[in-house]
This record gives sequence, structure tokens and C-alpha cells, in this order.
Amino acid sequence: MAQARNAVIVGGNRIPFGKAGGAYASASNQDMLTAALDGLIARFGLSGQRVGEVAAGAVLKHSRDFNLTRETVLGSALDPTTPAYDLQQACGTGLEAVIQVANKIQLGQIDSAIAGGVDSASDAPIAVGEGLRRALLKANHAKSASQRIQAFASIRPGDLAPETPRNSEPRTGLSMGEHQARTAKEWEITREAQDELAAASHHNMARAWDEGFFDDLVTPYRKLSRDQGLRPDTSVEKLAKLSPVFGKGEGATMTAGNSTPLSDGAALVLVSSEEWAAEHNLPALARFVDAEVAAVDYVTGDEGLLMAPAYAVPRLLARQGLSLQDFDFYEIHEAFASTVLSTLQAWESEEFCTERLGLDAPLGAIDRSRLNVNGSSLAAGHPFAATGGRIVASLAKMLSEKGSGSRGLISICAAGGQGVVAILEAV
Amino acid sequence: MTKVLDVLTGNPVAKAVGKQLGVPQATELRRGRTLPTGDVVLAVLEGSGATGNATREALKSLRVSPVEAVRDVPAARTTGEDGRAVPPAYSTKIGALVLDATAVATVAELEGVRAVLRPALRALGASGRVIVVGTAPELTDDPEAAAAQQALEGITRSVGKELRKGATANLVLVSTETTGAALASTLSFLLEGRSAYVSGQPWRVLGAEPGVVPADPAAPFAGRVVVVTGAARGIGAGIAEVFARDGASLVVVDIPAAGEALTKVANRLCGTALQLDITSPDAGAKIAAHVAARHGKDARIHAIIHNAGITRDKLLVNTDEDRWGSVLEVNLAAEIRINEVLLDPLVAGGLAEGGRIVGVASTSGVAGNRGQTNYAASKAGVIGLVRAEAPLVADRGITVNAVAPGFIETEMTDKIPFATREFARRFNSLSQGGKPVDVAETIAYLAAPDSGAVTGQVIRVCGQSQIGA
Repeated sequence: MAQARNAVIVGGNRIPFGKAGGAYASASNQDMLTAALDGLIARFGLSGQRVGEVAAGAVLKHSRDFNLTRETVLGSALDPTTPAYDLQQACGTGLEAVIQVANKIQLGQIDSAIAGGVDSASDAPIAVGEGLRRALLKANHAKSASQRIQAFASIRPGDLAPETPRNSEPRTGLSMGEHQARTAKEWEITREAQDELAAASHHNMARAWDEGFFDDLVTPYRKLSRDQGLRPDTSVEKLAKLSPVFGKGEGATMTAGNSTPLSDGAALVLVSSEEWAAEHNLPALARFVDAEVAAVDYVTGDEGLLMAPAYAVPRLLARQGLSLQDFDFYEIHEAFASTVLSTLQAWESEEFCTERLGLDAPLGAIDRSRLNVNGSSLAAGHPFAATGGRIVASLAKMLSEKGSGSRGLISICAAGGQGVVAILEAV
Repeated sequence: MTKVLDVLTGNPVAKAVGKQLGVPQATELRRGRTLPTGDVVLAVLEGSGATGNATREALKSLRVSPVEAVRDVPAARTTGEDGRAVPPAYSTKIGALVLDATAVATVAELEGVRAVLRPALRALGASGRVIVVGTAPELTDDPEAAAAQQALEGITRSVGKELRKGATANLVLVSTETTGAALASTLSFLLEGRSAYVSGQPWRVLGAEPGVVPADPAAPFAGRVVVVTGAARGIGAGIAEVFARDGASLVVVDIPAAGEALTKVANRLCGTALQLDITSPDAGAKIAAHVAARHGKDARIHAIIHNAGITRDKLLVNTDEDRWGSVLEVNLAAEIRINEVLLDPLVAGGLAEGGRIVGVASTSGVAGNRGQTNYAASKAGVIGLVRAEAPLVADRGITVNAVAPGFIETEMTDKIPFATREFARRFNSLSQGGKPVDVAETIAYLAAPDSGAVTGQVIRVCGQSQIGA
């Protein structure tokens, strides 16, 4: 694939992730995205400067936020002539935004960009019921008082109940957790393995915080200076005491401890050409190598909702001529501990790799000591669209510290049966 | 109650009442890069001591055209209607008196000081200046000359206490080596509103070399990197503000937990934010690395301002090792370690040759304070540090100085109990608290590229506080 030039990750910034209803309960998506953006601007000295573009999004979005990212730019310290747009791909939003701007940079359309996302589970939009909505629209379009009265008269008591956003798939009516519970069962992921992964995530992230790893990746916000859901003192024993919340009966393994909590937060990444970074005396931590997005048919097919990355990664590896073992770090988004484990298991499965992926042999196992080494979503929390930015910035820093040529793989599963994956390589 | 006092000192009618009640009257101080409105009077005293021409040359380089001083000598007096002798007077208000007494070497010659001061004090306008230039007493072998020069300190401090309406008096001690160029930044600072809250202070300008005289006097730090620690709020943010005004490329540093406030300062001043715990062993290396990364690998720091500090107040009888250690660690030990790294010429992003180090001490460090033994220890330590470190780096053109703020109005002082606060605020010659900008201006003067002759000095920014004077 001919590339005009490299796109590099310069760095990132996020605000600590809050628990739903917690520290950011009264913060809007725009508030949080602005805080993350201003922190990024301050870290890299971009105040008053124009950046090529800002691309970001949110999964849970108010209709008033139709131009969320542009409004955020206008409220930030950036030059107001910086263009911006929203994009959205469920939990893949943040990473998809990075892919989008990296592609533009590689093509030479822009030299620099800021990409990422924000989400608030606390400040989720609540809409009026469908009946009331239709009646109100009708009244609004009415030309006479009698027409208006007629419109209002059509409202039934049942129409007054508000509609809240649901964490469920429109086509199956099942929550994401219920979907994953099926996958976990299919792959026979044990409760113990899930709790171990969850405990490791908390312990790894707590260590990273203590070591100051996040000092130049996070800017405190609203008196929160660490991720609110982080539990440094959790253990496999403590996690084992929790009751399952997804799945049914004896075989249920998924608890609140090994599933990501609903969270609030924002994360952004500064991406640029190597020349732009050098001109601005800014570091080039890692090169954006390539990315792939896959989707699975979880509605009528027999694939799990969150299994798309298992398909995206082998396609990406094939294109890049790499094996699954060619990475120094693996960042596999912990939507649920069992998502990570079933994905890894699929890559080790001869049956899955030959029959579903059409490969000659399984991708094989990874060195688990390279997986989510500074914690992931189980510990940090998972404000949907913010997760991609969190992972890209952290991984780029890890790769840069590891040394030139080191390589990292990012895998993020998303609602709608999609998976967004990417490769970064230290410059 | 604060309101009552403010009314008593603000509203004209109530002000009269307040005056009767003995509430000290505060005057709005002249601040910023502004010269006094009235004439600058220059008096160069004759005497038997060794002297140079620095004062006159310095004023010349500042493009100040001084007028002759009126002297209260018997021949100049007239007789009033009541038959009493009337001393000579200036025809209009004057803005400043610059009194060069470097040649004064006998007790008798001190009469010349009185003769110049008497009419000048009467004519000095609001936010006026008395600047006495003397010879550092330790430089003379003659005991009487040393005594006469030391007397200037008593005179200046007393004048500072006698002056009203925001006028100040300070003493600059020079040597015969001191050139006009070396003295210019000091006289400029003292004449301008930048020195608003500095009064009753003596300090030394002994060197001959000014350093680099900036092309644009209004932007002395243009193209220079200045690092300010503890810059997220209060005095630190004020310091950053003044350096930004004067053209500096800023790196603002504060603990990671203060990142949100630090972001606002950095973005407002178009600098970069560095979230860093200065007590971490690699803090100096991280500051240098940030400078090298953000300003180019050949970039070096022009000035580092060690403003970060904490208090953990308790009576000493209740102070454990944590309370003791944490304050000394942040306020003193971190500064020593960071200087060590930045002074290494081989460290990329370290302090430039001809660079500036400015520490922040405190009047508590000078005078001690009940319940602040740990804090006073750390701040007195800063004074010891700058005095010891200055001669060690003098050959590299690097200066090391400190300011010692008195009562400065910040969010922190707003939380002091009312009675204590009012006492602290008004117990000084200017009858008011200082502002963060006053500390910042003094630091910027010490850090100025052309203040190379000022080193190893501690300047109190306290409005001539009665505490520890």
C-alpha cells in the first residue's frame, strides 16, 4: 500500500473517568470534551493555534449536541478557525476518529489533527415517548387553534412516560451483557479466569497511576484526579463474592466486577505528520501503521455480538504480513473480561480459525504479560467513545518508552457487532 | 467586619471617621511599568569615600532626566511670618528622589543625607519613591565609613515608615565596580510601579556586568524559556502572568492533581503545562526533558522560578515527622535537587549560561512564625541556599536570588480568620496587603536578562511589614 507519508501519535490527554452519577454527574459531553481538549492544548502549547481538524464523537448524544465537536472547539483555547466534525461508531468511535484523521494526514490533506471522543452515562438524553413526540410535532405544524387542540387531544397517559436510552441491541432486544453471556458460555470462559483478568486490570492500572505513568496523559477534572472506578485493593477473592448479573442459572459467570461499569469521561489524541511534529518541537511517539474494521452477523448468524475484532485482527495481520505474536503490547478493550478471553480463545482455536476465518492454522496464543499492561476498561471505566483515545495515547507512550520499532495492537469491540482494530509502531 | 473596615478606609466621609479611630489608611498603589508622574530628583552627595558614577549613568541609560535636589542648608532657609525659619521647598510635587550617598564616609557627612531628604519627603507625591544608593558597608576597611554606610539602612527604613500615600523607600548597596549598566535594571524596577509593595529593603548590586540588555524593554523575556513551579493558582499564576506579559515562553509546572487549574493558566498565557510532583527524584530531569522536547533540543531555560510550596501548620509540640518532612521536602529539598540537575551544562534543556534562579522565601522564614516552625525552617533554608549557591555559579553569569513575600492577597489568605488577617494585612508601612503581581514583578526583575549584577540577594515583598523587620 503506497503511503505518501506517516501519521504519528504525538500524545494525548483525557480526564479521569468518573462513575456514572459520580464526579461528573452534572457535566455535559461538551463540558468534558472541552476539559480534555484544553488539557491537551496546554500540554502541547497549542493555545491560539489552528489545528488541521478535530474529529470526535459521543455514543449517547443529546439532539442539541448535533455539532458537539465544533462547539467544543469554539469553547476551547484553540484558534476558532479550526474545523471540526462529529463521527460515531459506537464504542469504536474514538479509535475510528483516530483512523480517520490519520488517513487524512497520510494523504496530505491535513498536517495535524485531534481525535477522540466523550461519553456521559450520567447526563444521558431522555426523550419524550413516541406518542407524545408525534403529537407535539403535529401541534407545532398545526395552522389553526382547533388543529392544535386536536393534536394535543390525541395524547394518551401512556405517552407521557419518557424514553431513556437503552444499552441493548435494537434488533435483538438483548443487552450487551446478555449477548456476551452467550459468547462466554459458548467459549466456556470460567468465572475464575474472568475475575483474574479483572483483578489484573485494576492492579496494573493502580501501579501505573502510582508510577506516574498517567501524569502526562490525564488532566484532573472536577476534583477527580484518578479514575473513580479504580479499585487498587480488589482481589480475585473479593471479586469471587459478587453475584452474576448477566446470563442465567448455574452457568452465569459475568458480574459487576468483571464487566465494565457505566462511566463518564473524554479522551483525545494529537495526531500529525512527522514534519508537523518536528516543526512544533513535539514528540512523535508512535507511527499509525494500519487499521481494519470488521462486522459480524450477530442477528441472524451465529456469531457473538462482540466477536468482530476476532475477524478484524487476522485481516489486518495478513495485510501487514505480521503474525499475532509480532507485538510488544496488546491493548484489547475490556468491555467484559469474557470478551477479551473469548477473543483470545478464538485465535487459539483451530476450529474457529480454519472454519470461520478461513485460515490454515490458528493465530495462536499471545504472551499474556504483554496484555493491557497498564490496565484497561475494567479498571479505568468505559465512557464509550472515550475508550479509543485512552488506549491510543497510552499505547503510544508505552511503545515510545519501549523503544523504536516496538509494535502494539489495539482491538476494540463495539455495539452492532463491529470491531475496530489498529496497529501502532514506535517511531 | 471586613466590610466595616473597608468602608472606614474607602468612603471619604467614613474615611475621616476611620482616621479618627486610628485605622491605617491604604492608598491604591501605582503598579506596572509606569514611572512616577512628578520629576525624578537626583542628589549625588559629596564625601570622602570612594565612589563611582553608576547612579547618574544608570538614570541616563533609562532616559530619565533628573532635576536638581533642593537642600535644607541654613543659607537656603527663609524666615516665616511668625519669625521661624522655613526650610526650602520644591515648587511642585516630585515623583522620586534618587539619593547617591556612596561617597559618605564619616558621621558628619550624613548631614548631607538629612539635608536632601527633608524637603524631598515633604514634596513626594503618592506612590513616590525614595531610592538611596549606598556603598556596601562590608567593602570598606574604615570603621567610620562602614558605620556611616550602615546608618543609611536605619535612615531608609525609618523614612519608609514615615512616608504615606503608597510611597516607598529602599536602599541599594553598590561597590565601586558597579557600572551604570549593571545598576540600571534595579533603578528602573524601583522607580516604576513594579516595585509597588517593596519598601524598607536594602539589597546589593555589586557586579559590573549587567548581562544582556533586552532589545525591547517591554518584552525582556522575548524568545526565552521561563519555568514557574506551583503555577496553577495564587502567586504562582500571578508570576506566570507577568512573565507572559514580558514576552516569556512559559512552562508552567504544578502537581498532577492541580492539572485542571494549570491547564487554564497555560492556555491563557500560551505556554505549556507540565504536571509534575517536584519532590519526585527525577523532577529536574523531567523539567529539562520537557523544555528540550517542547522548545527544541538546543533550547535552554533562561529562568526557573521555584514558587511551589506547601504549609502544614501546627505548633512544634504537635509536629510529627510527616508534617515536618513534607514541608521541607517540597519547599526546600526539591529546589536543591532540581537546581543540581538544571545547573549541569550537559543536561539538554537545563539552565542556560547567564540564566536565572529565583527562589521564594517568606517573611516567616526571616522572622519565624508561631505554628509554622517547619515552614519557617524551609523558607529560611531557601535564603541560605541562594546566598550559598550564588557565588558558585557566578562565573557562568548565572544569578541566584529569592523574594520573601509578606502578606499577599490570595485565595489562601482569604481563609485566614478575620482578626489575624486584618492585623497581618495592615501591619506594614503601606497599610495594606500586597497582590500576587507585586511578588511576580520583583521576581521578574531578579530574573531579567539585564539584572546580571544582582545575585545572592533576598528581597522582601512585604510593604515593609513590621514583622521580622
